[in-house]
Amino acid sequence: MAAGRATNAAEPGAAQDAGHAVEHVALTLADQLPMLLILVPLVAAPLIVLLGSRRLAWPLAYGAATASFVMAVFLLMRVIGGEVISYHIGGWAPPLGIEYRVDSANAFVLFLVTGIATVVLPYARTSVAAEVDGQHGTLFYAMFLLCFTGLLGVVITGDAFNVFVFLEISSLSTYVLIAAGAVRDRRALTAAYDYLIMGTIGATFFVIGLGLLYMATGTLNMADIAERIADQTGNRTVRAAFAFIVVGVGLKAAIYPLHLWLPNAYTYAPSAVTAFLAATATKVAIYVLMRFMFSVFQPLYLVEVKTLEFIIIPLALLAMFAASVIAIFQTDLKRLLAYSSLAQIGYMLLGIGFLSETGLTAAIAHLFNHGITKAALFMGVGALVLRFGNSYCDGVAGAGRTMPWTSAAMVIGGLSLIGVPGTAGFISKWVLVQGALEAGWWPVAMLIVLSSLLAVVYVWRMIETLYLQPAPERAAAGEAPLSMLVPMWLMALACIWFGLNTELTLGASLSAAKGFMAGSPGLILAGH
Amino acid sequence: MPEMMPTALLFFLAAAILPVLPQYLRALLLLAVPVLAGIILWNIPEGMLAQVGFMGLELEFMRIDSLSRIFALIFCLAAFLGNLYAWHVRDRVQQVAGLIYSGSAIGAVLAGDLITLFLFWEGTAIASVFLIWARRTEGAYHTGLRYLIIQIGSGVILLAGAVLYHAETGNFVFERMQLGSPATWLIFLSFGIKCAFPLLHNWLQDAYPAATVTGTVILSAFTTKLAVYALARGFAGTEILIYIGAAMTLFPIFYAVIENDLRRVLAYSLNNQLGFMVVGVGIGTELALNGTAAHAFAHILYKALLFMSVGAVLFRTGTAKGSELGGLYKTMPLTMVFCVVGAASISAFPLFSGFISKSLILSASVKEHYYIVWAVLLFASAGVFHHSGIKIPYFAFFAHDSGKRPKEAPPHMLLAMAITAFFCVYIGVNPEPLYALLPYEVKYEPYTTTHVVTQLQLLFFSALAFTVLMRTGIYPPELKSVNLDFDWTYRKAGPAILRYLRAVAGASGAYLGSVLSGWAIGIFHRFQHSTGPEGRLAQSWPTGAMVLWIAILLGVTLVVSFLS
Repeated sequence: MAAGRATNAAEPGAAQDAGHAVEHVALTLADQLPMLLILVPLVAAPLIVLLGSRRLAWPLAYGAATASFVMAVFLLMRVIGGEVISYHIGGWAPPLGIEYRVDSANAFVLFLVTGIATVVLPYARTSVAAEVDGQHGTLFYAMFLLCFTGLLGVVITGDAFNVFVFLEISSLSTYVLIAAGAVRDRRALTAAYDYLIMGTIGATFFVIGLGLLYMATGTLNMADIAERIADQTGNRTVRAAFAFIVVGVGLKAAIYPLHLWLPNAYTYAPSAVTAFLAATATKVAIYVLMRFMFSVFQPLYLVEVKTLEFIIIPLALLAMFAASVIAIFQTDLKRLLAYSSLAQIGYMLLGIGFLSETGLTAAIAHLFNHGITKAALFMGVGALVLRFGNSYCDGVAGAGRTMPWTSAAMVIGGLSLIGVPGTAGFISKWVLVQGALEAGWWPVAMLIVLSSLLAVVYVWRMIETLYLQPAPERAAAGEAPLSMLVPMWLMALACIWFGLNTELTLGASLSAAKGFMAGSPGLILAGH
Repeated sequence: MPEMMPTALLFFLAAAILPVLPQYLRALLLLAVPVLAGIILWNIPEGMLAQVGFMGLELEFMRIDSLSRIFALIFCLAAFLGNLYAWHVRDRVQQVAGLIYSGSAIGAVLAGDLITLFLFWEGTAIASVFLIWARRTEGAYHTGLRYLIIQIGSGVILLAGAVLYHAETGNFVFERMQLGSPATWLIFLSFGIKCAFPLLHNWLQDAYPAATVTGTVILSAFTTKLAVYALARGFAGTEILIYIGAAMTLFPIFYAVIENDLRRVLAYSLNNQLGFMVVGVGIGTELALNGTAAHAFAHILYKALLFMSVGAVLFRTGTAKGSELGGLYKTMPLTMVFCVVGAASISAFPLFSGFISKSLILSASVKEHYYIVWAVLLFASAGVFHHSGIKIPYFAFFAHDSGKRPKEAPPHMLLAMAITAFFCVYIGVNPEPLYALLPYEVKYEPYTTTHVVTQLQLLFFSALAFTVLMRTGIYPPELKSVNLDFDWTYRKAGPAILRYLRAVAGASGAYLGSVLSGWAIGIFHRFQHSTGPEGRLAQSWPTGAMVLWIAILLGVTLVVSFLS
C-alpha cells in the first residue's frame, strides 16, 4: 500500500520493519529527489547573493532551475502511474515530522513550474538586462530563485503549515520581482504594494484557516487532518476553516472578484517575471485549492457544503465572460493578456466545480496547457517591449513586418488561447466541455464555447495589431535576439506538440484527477 | 511507405517549405505535389491506412474506398490545373493558401471519422479565405470576413454535431447516418452550409467572384464538392435531399439570367449544378450515387474551365461585367474556344462531359419514379444552357462589340485551359475510364438515340428561346446592377427594419426608436465605457476596495458553508 520507497515506516503493526526501513532512507540519490528539488534552488539563491558576481548570477540560477527540472521529470515518471512517494524530512515520521508527498497531481505541477523556469531564464537574461537596472542583476536572480523555490515547496509539501511557509517565501519574493519593473515604469511600485497588501491578507486568511483546522484536529499534516476531520464535517470550526482557506488561496489564484491585484502586477512587472508568474504562480494556487478541497476536505464534504455550486461555479462563469470582455477593450497587450489569464482561470475553476473526474482532468490539463500558452504569449510581448519600449497596441502596431518570428509565435499562442484544434488549448477545453456534458449541464457547455468566441475577438485584436495595422513612423526595430526567440518558440511549439500528443498531459491529469476524486483515502494510502 | 502518410500531410509539408524557395521552384513544386499525390492515391490499396491515436481516439486519416478515391483524385487534378493556371502568380500567400486548401480538402475526403473531418473542414475554411483576401482590397477584406464567419460557423456546427453523435453512439465513425436526432441534424446543417443549400447559399455568390483571378478557379473546385462528398458519405438516400437539390437547381437560374458580373453568373450556375449532385445523393441508389460522383468529377473540370476563361478575360481586360465586355473573340480566339467547350460541357451537349454524367442522375430519378423531380431537372438543364451555355460566351466574346482589343491569354493559362478542355471532351467521348472509377459498377450506356435526341431537343429549344428573346429585346439586358438575394435579409433588411421602426415611432416613440437603432452601438459603448482601460471594471482600484471584495467573498463563503 505504501509507495514511498524506503519510507513505508508507518505500516500498521510493522514497527520492526519501520526501524529497518528508516536506515535505508539516505542510501540512494533517487530517494532524496523530493528534497533535492527544493534544496538546490534554495541554496543557490543565497549563494548568488554571497558571491555577488554579476557574471555568475545567471549561470547559477539557470543551473539550479535546470537541475530542478531534471529532477521533476524523474519524479513525474515515477508517479505518473498512480504511485505516491512520501518523503520524511530528516527521517522524522509524520505527523510530527514534515512530509513531502509526490503524486501525479503535484509532480505534474512541479514539471510545469520547473519547465517554465528553465525556459524563461535564458529569455530573462536579455530581457531583464534591458528592463531592470543592471545593478540589481544579482539580487534579481536570487529573488527569482527564491520565488521558484517557494512555488515548488508549496506544491511538493504534504504538511499544511509548510504550505503557508513556502507560500510566504514565494509571495515575498514575488513582490520584489514585480517592483523590479519600476525601472521601466514607476507604476510597478504601486502594483507591487497592492499585491503585497492583498497577498498578505490572503496568506493571513489561509493561516487563520489552518489555525482553525489545528484547533479542530491538533495536527498539521494534511493526511492526518483529513483523517481527523472526516467525522466532524458539521463542525462550525471546520467549516469556517474551509471558507478561510478557499478565500485565502482563491486570492492567490485570482478568482474573479479577488483578481484586482493581478492586471497591474502582470502589466508593470518586468516581462520575464510576467511570463514566469503568469505560467506558474496562479497555477500553483489553483493546485493548492484543489489539494485542500479534495484531499484535506473531501469530495463528499464538497457535495455537502455546496461552496462549489454557489460560489466557485458562478464566479468561474463570471470570470470567463467579464474578464474576456474587459480583455477585448484593453489597449495594452500585457493587460489584455492579464485579463485573458483571469478568464482562463475561470475554466480551471469550472472544471473543479464539476466535481467529477473529467472536470478535474480538464482543470489540471488546462492548468498546464494554459501555462505554456501564456508563457509563449508573454514572452512574445516581452520581446515587443524590448524592441519598442512599450506594449501598447498603438506602439507595437505593424510589428509583424519587423518582427516576424515573434509575431508568429504570438499567433500560435493566441490560437492555443482560443482553443483551436491542433493546439494545447483545444485539448483541455474539449475535456472541459465533455465534463459539462457528462454532468448534463448543457447550458454550461454552451457558455464555454461562447466565451471562447470572446477569446477569438481579443486574439484577433492582437493579430490585427501585429499584422494589419500600419506601422507608425519610428526607427526600424529588428527581430528579437535569438536568446529570446528560442525560448518563445519552444513554448509555441510546445503548444502545438501538446495539442497533438496528449499522452503526457491527459495521462498525468487523469491520474491526478483520480487521486483527487479518491479524496483523503488517496492521501492516507501512502501512509505516514 | 507512402500509404501510411496522410496525403494531406504531403501538401502541408510542401506548404511549409514553399515560402523559402525561389519563384520558379515554387511554381514547379505547386505542380509536382498534386501529381505526386495523384499517383499515390491512384496506386494505394483500399482500406483504413493511417490511424493516429489522439486523446484516446483513433483518428482515421486515410480511408481509401471507391467513393473517397474518385473525389481525392479529381481534387488532385483540379489542384494541378489550378496551379498551372496560376503559374504567373508570385504571391506566396496565395500559393501557400492554395496548397493548404487543396490538401485540407483531400484530407477531409479521406477522413474516416468526424473529428478528422472537422479538422480538415476548418482547414479548408481558414486556408481558402486567404485566396479572397489576397486581392487586398477593402471590399475583398469584408467579403472574406463574412465568408470566414460562415465557413467557421459550419465547422463549429459540425463539431457540435460530432460531440452529440459521440454522446449518442459512443463513437465518431463517419458512416451513413439517419436524420432524426439533434446530432445528425446538426451535421446535416453543417454540410448544408458548405454545400450552399438554398437560403444557406449566399456565401458562395458573395465570395467566389471576390477572390483573385486564380483564386476563384481554385475555390470553385473544392469546398462545395467536399460537402457533396460528405453528404454522399453520410446522408445517401435521405429523401429530403431530393427536394432540396431540386430547389437548388431552380432558383439560381433566375439570378444567373439577370446577373451582370459573369463570375457571379458562374457562381450561381455552380450552385445550380450542385443541385443535381444533391438530388443524386438524395435518391441514393447505386446509379444515382454513381451519377453524383461522375457529375462532381465532370463538374469540377468544366466549371474550372469556365472560371479560367472568364478569369483570363478579367486578367486581360480588368473587368468581368457583361455590360462592359463583348467582341473579344477577335483577339482572344483560343480563350473563346475553350470557353465554348466549357459551356457545351456544362450544358450537357452530347460528346461533352456534362452529358455523360448528368444523364446518370436523370435516369436514376426516372428509375425511382421521381417524375416531377425529373421534370424540374430537365427544366434546370435548359436553364443552365441558357445562362452558362449561351450567356457567358455570348456576352464575353460576341454580343455588341465593346471595342476592347485585349491580348490573348498568357501561354500557361491557355495550356491549363487546353488540358481541362481536353478532359471535358475526352470524358464526353469516351466515358468508360471515368465510369470505371465510380463507386459502384456501371452498366450504363449514355449514347442511346433517346438520350441524345431528348437532350438535343432541349438544347435547341432553349437556344431558340434565347435567340427569340434577344431578337425581340425582351431578354434582360446586361445592366450594371446589384441583385438582391437572401443575404439582403441580414445585411440590409434587419438594419432597415430598425430604422423603419424608429421612423414610425415618431416623436413620442423617439426614445424607443433610438434604443432600437443604437442598440448595438450603445452596447458596444457601454461595454467600452465599463470595461475599457478607463472603465469601472478595468481601472486600478484603490487597495481598500480590493480588501472590501475579500471581506464580502469571505462573508458569502462562510454563510454558504454554515447554511448548507
